[in-house]
Order: sequence, then structure tokens, then C-alpha cells
Amino acid sequence: MDAAPLAVELKGIWKRFPGVVANAGTELTVKRGSIHAVLGENGAGKSTLMNVLAGVYRPEEGEVRLFGERVVFANPADALAAGVGMVHQEFRLVPTFTVAENVVLGAAERVLNMGAVERRVAELAEQFSLDVDPQRHIWQLSMGERQRVEILKALWRDAEILILDEPTAVLTPNEADELGLVIRRMANDGRSVIFISHKLHEVKQYCDEATVLRGGKTVAASMAVVDLTPQQLAELMVGEATDAALRPEPRQAGDQLLTVQDLCALNNRNLEALSNISLSVHGGEIVGIAGVAGNGQRELSDVIAGLRESTSGTVKLFGEDITTATPRQRFRAGLSYIPEDRVGVGLAPQLSVTDNAILRSYREHTRGPLIAVDRAKAFCADVVDSFKVRTGSLDQRIAGLSGGNLQRLLVGRELTAKPSVIVASQPTRGLDVQGVKAIQELLIDARNEGLGVLMVSEDLDELLAISDRIIVMHGGRIAAEYGGADANRSAIGLAMAGETP
Amino acid sequence: MIFGLTFPETAVIGLLFAAIQFGAMIYLASLGEMIAERAGVLNLGVEGMMAMGAVGGFVFAIETGSPWLGLLAAAVIGGAVAMIHGLFAVVLGANQVVSGLALTIFGVGLANFWGTDYEGVRPEVQFVDVDWGPLSDISWIGRILFQQSPLAYLAVLLGFVTWFVLNRTRGGLALRAAGESAATADAAGHSVLGLRLFAVAIGGAFAGIGGAYLSLSISPGWTVGVVAGRGWIAVALVIFGAWKVRRVALGAFLFGLAMALPNRTESFDLPWDPILWSMLPYVLTIAVMIAGALVLRNRPPAAPAALGLPFRREER
Repeated sequence: MDAAPLAVELKGIWKRFPGVVANAGTELTVKRGSIHAVLGENGAGKSTLMNVLAGVYRPEEGEVRLFGERVVFANPADALAAGVGMVHQEFRLVPTFTVAENVVLGAAERVLNMGAVERRVAELAEQFSLDVDPQRHIWQLSMGERQRVEILKALWRDAEILILDEPTAVLTPNEADELGLVIRRMANDGRSVIFISHKLHEVKQYCDEATVLRGGKTVAASMAVVDLTPQQLAELMVGEATDAALRPEPRQAGDQLLTVQDLCALNNRNLEALSNISLSVHGGEIVGIAGVAGNGQRELSDVIAGLRESTSGTVKLFGEDITTATPRQRFRAGLSYIPEDRVGVGLAPQLSVTDNAILRSYREHTRGPLIAVDRAKAFCADVVDSFKVRTGSLDQRIAGLSGGNLQRLLVGRELTAKPSVIVASQPTRGLDVQGVKAIQELLIDARNEGLGVLMVSEDLDELLAISDRIIVMHGGRIAAEYGGADANRSAIGLAMAGETP
Repeated sequence: MIFGLTFPETAVIGLLFAAIQFGAMIYLASLGEMIAERAGVLNLGVEGMMAMGAVGGFVFAIETGSPWLGLLAAAVIGGAVAMIHGLFAVVLGANQVVSGLALTIFGVGLANFWGTDYEGVRPEVQFVDVDWGPLSDISWIGRILFQQSPLAYLAVLLGFVTWFVLNRTRGGLALRAAGESAATADAAGHSVLGLRLFAVAIGGAFAGIGGAYLSLSISPGWTVGVVAGRGWIAVALVIFGAWKVRRVALGAFLFGLAMALPNRTESFDLPWDPILWSMLPYVLTIAVMIAGALVLRNRPPAAPAALGLPFRREER
């Protein structure tokens, strides 16, 4: 142990939620002026622990020390005042406010001189090389810029300790590298940065030390990152050796099933979200759509599924024009859809497992005008069994199921319809390692059975692992396309950032 | 003569004077509702708060002999009545539409009950129109703009104050944040509950003053139903004004015109029965709502994003 004073000490933190123990005596120490990674799978207790440090949750047991002094936070404002700033995964920004207004919200003079405030925000941004215009409104900014605003907020409050909760999830690889430089500058300035992640290469690249959590317990504390291999980190995280990529055997693609020609569409703000997108999906292949969130992927999958009108262009299934078909007609024609919002668009949270299972096919489970409950239940039991959905009962509201089980139910429902083409939008986002693997395997199985799969994902590693082809979207256009063999991370990363490789 | 209509000078001046009078009254109530909505609380109880302000203002003015004390009482009563909505809709997180409707029914009913003994009482105390000296003597403009009740000038002043506080102070920034994204305001260390209660109380006070404008200045005295649905117009006006002070002011004048016209149909030789013309403000309200909906259909809404959503800090 060297002599550097400890910025953060979390000792024996316990935090329980109904039915879950999120932190079971978790320990964490962070040195002053260092970048400390907190690693773990979903559900390992990372976010809960950070919310304890940031004053959002109060621990049932254990103590929090900052610079050697014991502190008790009643709310996030207390933590901020003590110098702990947190950048949440969902940004806490007011979209209709300007950057400057957001930065000073909660720490402003009584009467605002916006001109002076904007200048001071610009100076602070300059000091840490955070490139963002204080006068612009949040809704006009990219995710990367919004994150910089969040970091500025913490710096404005003079945070000594900055917590970043999975900060790279919304960034392009280049933006992530920029972030790495910013936090390094902060560390050199004597501040401490806690970097939550489950991406191993990032930890290797940006961090000094790492603490690994598993099941709410600390399994490895403050290890120097330089001595570790990603493989070792992965083993600590998962608790067993992970197998390498699932990459399926290359195979001859079948018939052209889904054809999109010169497709244009608007987003919710009535701005052009898709311009002249043309692509095709063949039987027996997984086509991956890569891109940073908000580059038209969502609109593309919505238009194909019939949930959004196109302004021009055509969508064909088996050569038949379905551009103006209803979602139901498309479903019956063999198109299944796994939407990005699995709860809300895909599943109805207040309905039971059975009701959700028959949402697509309820007309087939009827007696006269009534739902045949017995047949619906039998159908649901079948889906639940085949796709290993863990649920207490079929009548339970799905709001109580975990993310992985929800997704199994949704994918199961869509695959049971025996579609020819599946459009899957972010099907593994937010799932833990086991869940991700299960969903990926289902999609690969579907592909091996000759289905065409169009998969949108923001996780480049995932796309590289399972896609036969990768299409990169940027600014509503197709920026690049790669066959499975010649796809490489850096080229795709550049294309995602809008640079021509 | 235009379109076969006559425009006698005195009638036009009278109409514009009354338009400003009614406009200022409705402006006060609308400003208050706008403040509450900017903080994220929809308060449909304006009608009830105005009725309570009207009767309370009149009673206190009569009993104390001072219209200003009556006005103060109207503001306090309006704010206090609004806190009923604050308790249910803000603190307890109840449905804001239901709570607001209940407040209207309750406020109007209680005002009528309270006012029973004061109905027809001669209004010996009321606001005297301000005399601005030479300004008031200017032809046309003097009569229209500079011989108004002090409450009209108060309305203008409160409009400027509201704009300044909302847009140029820390408190206003926090209040708007509570209406746009309560979780963000909370994370920044503001008390969302406190901000919203404050906004609702101020909204009630403004509505109370609007009510007192009716009972102490426009038609001094108390009669059942004196507010006559104008609280609802105030709510519609906030939408018409897109939650902005300046546009609410413009809309208030427009609706003031619509409210002033029905009493003057004879001076202008207008066709149809005056009763039909008295529907004008309400028809206009509906027209504005429809037009607003059509215009805004394809645009991001101007409404505060968290309007109508109760806030509870998330503990999963």
C-alpha cells in the first residue's frame, strides 16, 4: 500500500431490495488521483454501490469514508456538497435548457447573468478540454456531448470524486477515447474517477486500478490493471472461464427474403432520420446494423416492422411490396419484430405472462368472440417451456420478471410464429452475460434454420461475434458495409463516427 | 362603415377599455396557472380559486373598509385554497386532473355559501381608477390605457416580475427544471415538492387576485356565478400562450376583447341576440384548443415535459 491518501472507502456495505440483496458487505477503496474501475456483470451490485456513494440510496449497514472521514448522506445533494458527483447512465439533463443552464442548475447565483454564466462554463470546459457549446440546447446535442455536460456539472460543483456509470455505452469508440483523455486529465488534477464498466478492454485502456464485484460481494479489490489480462478480469467477473466468440460457421446465404430499397423516413421531430437506405437480408444470415444510438437504427427497424411511415422507398418481403402493410399483415406474412423497448412496445408490463404471450396471435386462441383461456394457457406454457422463461405462474404480471426472462418471453413469442425474417433491435441490451448468450444463441439457431435475421446493436463486439455481414449507419445513411471476414473493429468504429475509413 | 357595421367613437373606446380590463383580470389568473404548470403541476381549480378570491376579497374589503386589505385577503385565500390541490396532487401524488376538478367544484360551492349574506350588499368599498394626470387626458389612449383600475397595472407589473423570476433567477431555473424533468431538479439538490407547492400557492394567489378584480373593480359586489367560467378560459389561455408570459399577455387581450364585446352589441348594431355573442369567449376557447392541437400535432410540444406527472424519488 503506498502513501497516497484514500479518497473513498466503502466498508461492509449492505443494501437489500425486496427479493434481492444488491450489496452484501461490499468493500471498495479508491486512491486520490486515480482512475478506478468497478467491474461486474449486471446484477453484481455495481450501480447500487455507486448510488450509495452518491447519496441516492442509504445503506442498511456499513460505512462510507471520504478522505478518511466518515460521512452519512441523506440525499444526492449531500453527496454533491461533500464532493461526490455521479454521471448516471440515464442523463439527468433538462432537454429544453441550454448547456449552461443545466450546468449551473442547483449551483447558481440568486440572479442569473446568463452571458457571464456561459463564459464561465466555457472556461471550465476549456480547462478540461470538454468540447461543448454552452449556448446550445440539450436536445440538439449528441449523446457524447450530453455526457460532457454531465461531467461539466460535476466539475462545476467542484467534485473531487466523479462516478461514471457505464459511460461508454452511448459513445463511439473515438468519443470513448476522448473521454479517456478527459478523465486522465481530471486524475492528474488530483481528482478520483470511478469508472463502472463491464467492457474489459476499456478497463485495460483507461483505468489504473480495478475492483471486481460478483453477487454483491467484492471478489477482487484494487488490483493494478497493468498486471491483469482481460481474460483474468473476465474470469473474476463471471466466476468461470468464458468461452470465446460464438461466431457461427460461415455458410451459403439463401434466398433474398427482405429487401429495403431507397427508404426514407422522418423521426419524431419531423427531421429526416433515414435517407435512401437500401439493404437486403437473405435466408440463413445475420445482418448486423452497427451505429451509435440515434443514427436512424430505431427508425429503420420501426419502418420495417410497420410502426412508422416511410416517406419514400419500398420494403419487400419475398419480393412482395409490404411498404404500406399494417404491422399485423407483416407479422402474418412472416416478419417478426423484437423492438428496442421490450417493455412498452414489445410487452405490456401490467398484463400477465399468458396475455403477453398471445398478444400477437390472440385471434388464433378464440372461441367465437371470446378468448379461449385454456388454449391460450397451453400456448403460453409451450412458449415458456421451449424458451426457458422462468416465471412463478402464467397468470403473474410480467412486471415482476427479470430483463432476461422478459426477453426470452418476447423472443419466444416472436419465434413461435415461425417467421421467415426477424428484425431484432437491441435484443441483448441490459441483459447479463448468461442472458446475452441465451438470446444470441436463439438468434444463431434461427439463422441456422434458414431464417433471415436483421439485428440492430450498439455493442460492436456482439455484432462482430455473431453477424455474417455488418452494415454501419451514420446520420441516417449507410456509412459502410463489411462481410464477416473483413470486418474489423477500428474501421467500423471510424465509420460509426462518420469518418470514411 | 365597414362591412355594414358602424363604429361610434365612444363605443370603440369603451370596448377597448373593457378589453384591457377583462384581459388584465384573466391575465392574472393565467399567469398564476402558467407558473404552476411551468413547475409541472396542472391545476384545473382556477375557477374555484377565483370564486374564493372574489367572495373573500369583497367580504374583507367591506369588513375592513379597505379594498387593498380585501385584495391581500383574496391573494391569501386563493393561495390557501390552492394548497388543497398542493396536498393531494403534489404531496400525495394524486391525479392532478381529478384533484383540480374537485377544487373547482369545492371552491365555487364554498364561495357561494360564504357569499350568501353578502349578495346584493352595496359595494361601498371598491378600487378607484387611477388618474395618471396628463397621460389620462390624452384622447383615446388616455381613456383606454391610463384610467384603468390599479389592478390592471398590478397585472402588468406581475407579468414582468413573473418573466424575470422564471428566466433570470436561480429559483426560476429550478422551478422550470421541476416542470421539465423533476428527477434532474432533484438530483441537482432542489426540493421538487417545495418548488411545486410554492408554484401552486403563487398560482392560487394570482387567481385569487383575479377573482377580487371582478368583485372589487369590474362589477363591484358579490353575486353567485360572478366568475362565470372565466377560470377555464384562464386555463385555456396558458395553452394558447404556449407557457410564455408574452404570448399569454397577448392572448389575454384577445380574450378580453371577446369578453367585452357581448355587452356592447347594441352600440355596434351587431346582428343576433347578445346572448349568442356572450358565448364568444367560450367558442374562442374551443377554437383555440382545436387550432392549437392541429398546429402542434407535428411539433415537439411546448408544454413542460413533466406537466401532470407526480414526482417520487425512485427507490427501486
